[in-house]
Amino acid sequence: MTAVIVGAAETDEVGRLPEHSAFRLHLEGARNALADAGLTKDDVDGVATVGTPGPVQVAHALGITPAWLDGTSVGGTSFLFHVRHAMAAIEAGLCHTVLVTHGESGRSRVGAPPRAFGSDSLLGQFELPYGTMGPATTFTVTALRYMKETGLTHEQLASVAVAQRRWSSRNPRAAMRDLVTVEDVLASRLVAYPFHLLECCLVTDGGGALVVTSRERAEALGTRKPPVYVLGAGESAESPIISQMEDFTTSRSFRLSSQAAFAEAKITHGDVDHLMIYDAFAHVPIYGLEDMGFVGRGEAGAFIAEGHTSPGGRLPMNTNGGGLSYTHTGMYGMFAMQESIRQLRGEAAAQVPGVEIGVVLGNGGMFMSAATLVLANRLP
Amino acid sequence: MSADRPKAIPRPTPETRPFWDGAAAGELRIQRCVACARHYFYPRPLCPHCGSGEVEWVTASGRASLYSYVISHRPAPGFAGDGPYAIAVVELEEGVRMMTNIVHTEITPENLELDMPLRVVFEPRGDVHLPLFEPAREVS
Repeated sequence: MTAVIVGAAETDEVGRLPEHSAFRLHLEGARNALADAGLTKDDVDGVATVGTPGPVQVAHALGITPAWLDGTSVGGTSFLFHVRHAMAAIEAGLCHTVLVTHGESGRSRVGAPPRAFGSDSLLGQFELPYGTMGPATTFTVTALRYMKETGLTHEQLASVAVAQRRWSSRNPRAAMRDLVTVEDVLASRLVAYPFHLLECCLVTDGGGALVVTSRERAEALGTRKPPVYVLGAGESAESPIISQMEDFTTSRSFRLSSQAAFAEAKITHGDVDHLMIYDAFAHVPIYGLEDMGFVGRGEAGAFIAEGHTSPGGRLPMNTNGGGLSYTHTGMYGMFAMQESIRQLRGEAAAQVPGVEIGVVLGNGGMFMSAATLVLANRLP
Repeated sequence: MSADRPKAIPRPTPETRPFWDGAAAGELRIQRCVACARHYFYPRPLCPHCGSGEVEWVTASGRASLYSYVISHRPAPGFAGDGPYAIAVVELEEGVRMMTNIVHTEITPENLELDMPLRVVFEPRGDVHLPLFEPAREVS
């Protein structure tokens, strides 16, 4: 059996949507993805999404009677986990067609869950007392160690933001579309040294959804668009708090999830036409490129600065502009998959010619968890 | 941001209580596995290295080195008066790492060199004491 994605869509708008609750964003994404697939809610028997509102509420609101649910909630990469779990569930015969939804009012905080952490939680006892303020002051704490050990420069780190603006400048839906220089990035205000504002992701509202089924069922149902094949997938996790990450210069779950996905897909790095690496902060794509094995250790900064991931480069990466310039609701993984699928379908705003195999690396928390998907628009 | 709100105060749980009791007594207590003799942190009842439940509390030397850090320019509640502050991860002599703040030195990149030697100090916060680290200037 081969799992396929037959529906993929985002909410009508992404950005600042104060009239949309997080729940509504889920439902809008779901409706759009079903329409994209040419299916109805009655074709769906499985629902997956993160904790709040959770798969029960999403299924109920859409009038779906689920035979299978997945509420895996391991940060912004959760939706990639959902795709992998859906593949296994469909293969096992637990269900036949799964809707994976995301909706988040990350900026407007309408109908959004509270951000509080208990003072007796792991975070509350061992990180929050030191004045952490969410990802900008925790996800970033690995970077100076990486810089010391590999020689990555501040200019190379800034070039990640520069490269992604080259892509977002071609994407009318992107929140930030003006081209920037390394100097502009380094002149933007410091958020948490060594990170400047333009090296940190946006905070937006939005959502999206996917419809996953088997190739056989897609053919039987007659979906609207050619399927996107999920050739391989992998997942792993490391530490729930960043201070306990094993090695601040490499992510174990980036390495393990990508190795599993590449092995299952039976591909090598040279087969990859297009790449999405979750970019909550500018250093994350650097870790991703190295941990997935696209470049050697310490080479990713120069690789990006030299333009190899930019338009016209040999490894187009984060072609929607990424979390830095396109949109970042908080759990960006859904948007990374959506762009990969658009590129494979030839529908992207900044379309790369001839994309046949795309890879998506999703991060959860602060290098807490990761999943990798290998997607293709043809079977090998 | 909420300069009027106090800094976050940790609330111990039964399995972390010895750590916080140690801090109140001016000792940095961490756990060591009796079976495999390795230290670990954060407090928990099973050794993450070998799985043994036979673990003990020991007092660390308090000597550490600076593993990595950021200098936060977005103050958390209670931190606005501190100016930019260092959220650091330090590596204890015993091999385990923990998050902390670097204190008693000017918080600038030039002044905070990775791998510089540090030593623990304790700061009262609410009804607990927090382990913070300062540069270890004297050679002893």
